[in-house]
Amino acid sequence: MTKKSAKLSAKEVKSKQTAKMTATEVKRYLKVYRQMLFFRRFEERVHIAYTQGKFSGFCHLHIGQEAVCAGVQAALRDSDYVISAYRSHTQAIAKGIPAVQVMAEMFGKATGCCRGKGGSMHMFSAERRFFGGHGIVGGQVPLAIGMAFKINYRQEDDIVVCYLGDAAINQGQVLEALNMAAIWDLPVLFIVENNRYGMGTDIKRTTAIKHIYQRAQGFGVAAADMDGMNVRTVLKQTAAIVKRMRQDKKPYLLEALTYRYRGHSVSDPANYRPEGELQEFQQLDPLIQLRDDLLAVGVEAEQLQADVDAVKTELRVIEKQADAAELAPVAAIYEDVLVAIDGHEEH
Amino acid sequence: MTVPTQATKISIREALRQAMCEEMRRDADIFLLGEEVAEYDGAYKVSKGMLKEFGARRVVDAPISEAGFAGLGIGAAMAGLRPIIEMMTWNFGIQAFDQIINHAAKVRYMSGGQFKVPLVLRGPNGVAHMLGATHSQYIEPFLAHVPGLVVVAVSTPYDAKGLLKAAIRDDNPVIFLESEFMYGDTGEVPDAEYLLPLGKGMVVREGTDATVVAWGKMLKLVLRAADVLGDDVSLEIINPMTLQPLDTQLLVASVNKTHRLLVVEEAPAFAAIGAEIAAQIQERCFDELDAPVARVSAKHLPVPYADHLERATLPSVEEVVAAVRQLLYMDTQA
Repeated sequence: MTKKSAKLSAKEVKSKQTAKMTATEVKRYLKVYRQMLFFRRFEERVHIAYTQGKFSGFCHLHIGQEAVCAGVQAALRDSDYVISAYRSHTQAIAKGIPAVQVMAEMFGKATGCCRGKGGSMHMFSAERRFFGGHGIVGGQVPLAIGMAFKINYRQEDDIVVCYLGDAAINQGQVLEALNMAAIWDLPVLFIVENNRYGMGTDIKRTTAIKHIYQRAQGFGVAAADMDGMNVRTVLKQTAAIVKRMRQDKKPYLLEALTYRYRGHSVSDPANYRPEGELQEFQQLDPLIQLRDDLLAVGVEAEQLQADVDAVKTELRVIEKQADAAELAPVAAIYEDVLVAIDGHEEH
Repeated sequence: MTVPTQATKISIREALRQAMCEEMRRDADIFLLGEEVAEYDGAYKVSKGMLKEFGARRVVDAPISEAGFAGLGIGAAMAGLRPIIEMMTWNFGIQAFDQIINHAAKVRYMSGGQFKVPLVLRGPNGVAHMLGATHSQYIEPFLAHVPGLVVVAVSTPYDAKGLLKAAIRDDNPVIFLESEFMYGDTGEVPDAEYLLPLGKGMVVREGTDATVVAWGKMLKLVLRAADVLGDDVSLEIINPMTLQPLDTQLLVASVNKTHRLLVVEEAPAFAAIGAEIAAQIQERCFDELDAPVARVSAKHLPVPYADHLERATLPSVEEVVAAVRQLLYMDTQA
C-alpha cells in the first residue's frame, strides 16, 4: 500500500432524506434555510471587508460548512454550552451572539463581543454560553471536558458541544480529553468537522485511519460519522444523540463529513486541492440541497428568494453599524488582565 | 504581619492540607483533582485523608494527562467551579504550559472580561535532591512572565496556609509553588483562621545594612547565611510571597532604607525573577543605591544528577555570605 488512508468521496458522503416533510418540519427548515443563507452571506461580506482592509490578521471562513453549524445548533437548547476553535464566526452567531457584535469584534470596535480584545479567532459570550473561539488547535477540547465536569458536579442536565477540526484529532491534549470524558462520563458532544484539510495538508497524509470517528471508539467514546452537507441529516442525527446524552450522560463523538469551499484562511488560495474536488462537493451544497427539498414539498420559489433579499438587506445594515461603531478605546487595554488584586490596580 | 499568640507547630504539608480542607468545607464549589491525590493520599501526602472527608466527587484521581486536566480545570473554572489542580511536580506541569499560557492566562482578557478563571494550579517546584535535570526545574521565571497569571511561592508553614487560602478565594488563575524538600519543614501556624493577601510581600527580619530578597528554599539559605554573618551585619530579609504581581513598593521602601540589595534565587539568573527585581530597583532607587544590585543564583546549567555536582550548581550559604560581604564592601575596608 502506498497510501496510508483514503478520503471519502462526495458520493460516499451523501446521505438520503425522504422527500416528505411534515408541516412542522417545513416551518423549521424554512428557518434553518434562512439561517444557513445568513451564514453564507455573512462570511462572504466578511471576506470582502477583509480585502477592503477593514481588518487584518487571520480570518477563517466557514463557507461550505453551514449545515453542520445550523443543524447542530438546532438540536440544542439554549442552556447547552458551545465551545469551538478559530473557524467560529457562524457558530458564535448560531449560539446567539448578535451578528453585528461578531462583525464589530473583527473590526476592532468597542461594540465587539470582546471589546476588540479577541478578534476573528476568539469570539466569546458568557451570557450566551459560547465559551470561545480558541486559536490553538485542539486547545479548546480540554476546556470542554471541564465545562462538562461542572455540569456533572452540579448535577445539571445540559450538554457541551465542542467543535474541532479533523486535523485537531492528532493533537495530544485532544486525546487526553477524550480519555477523561470517557472515564468520568462527561457529557460532551465532540463534533469533528472533517473538511479534509489541516490548513493545506490533506488529512490522508497525516492520519492513517479513514474514519476519524473510529479513534474515539478506541477511548471508549461512542462515535459515528454523518453527512455534514445535508442539514436535515445533521439535525436528525444530532438530535437523536443529544436526546440519548441527556439520559445516559456519556460523551459522544460525531464526525461531520463536510467541505471547506475557501482556503484555510482568507490568504490561502487552496491550490493544493485536486481538480474537481470542490465542484464535486458543491454538488452537495447544503443550501441548494435544502432549497431543492423545500421546493419539492411545495414551498414557493418566491418565498425563498424573499429570504435572499432580506438577508442581503439585513447584512448591509449590520455592516453599516459595525463600520459606524467607535474603535475599542486604547484607555481600556489594561482592563481585564486580572481580576483586581489589592494594591495592584490596573495601570 | 504578626503571628497571633495561639499557634501550633505544623509542617508545610499539613498547612497546605488545612488550607484546602478549610476552604472545601466552606465552599462546595471547590474540588481537588490531580495524579494520585485521592486513593494514594497524594504523591507527597499533602492530600492525605481528603478523599475520606470529601469523597470521590471532590477529590479526584486523574490520569497522567497534565495538559488535559489543567484544561479541565480552566473549563470548570470558566463555568463557575473553583478547581484546585495538583501537579505532582511542576516539571510535569510543563506539559500543561499550553493550557496555562494560552488559555488560563488569556481567556479573561480575550473575552473582554466576560470570564474569570478562579483556578489554583499547585505543586512542588525547584530542585529536590539527585533527581536529574528533568525533575529539577524552577518555573517561576517562565510563568511570572505571562500577563494574566498570579504566581505565588511558599516558604514556611505560616505563609503556605495563609497564601493557599487566599489563592483559592482569588478569582484569577494562581500558579502556586511548593517544594518536595520543604513539605516536612515545621513552623508556627495560628490556630485562628487567617489569610495572607496575594500581591504583598513580608519582611521576615528587619535590618539596616542591606536588603536580601529570597523565597522558597532560598529563604532558608539566606537565614542560615545571616546566622553565619552574625551580629556584624544587619540584614533586612524580605519574602516576596507573590512573585506576580510583585510587591515592588515593599522592596523599594526597604532599599531606600538599606541602600543595598541582594536577590537569592534557585533558578539560573538569566531573565529570571532576580533580573526583574534588579531592573525595577535601579529604575526606582538609582540614587539611593550604594552598590550594584547583587544576585546569587544557580549556574546556567541543566541541574546535574550527582550529589556533589548538584551542590556545585545551586546557590550555597557560602555564596550568599560572600555576596553580602561584597555588597557591603566588607573585605575592602581597612
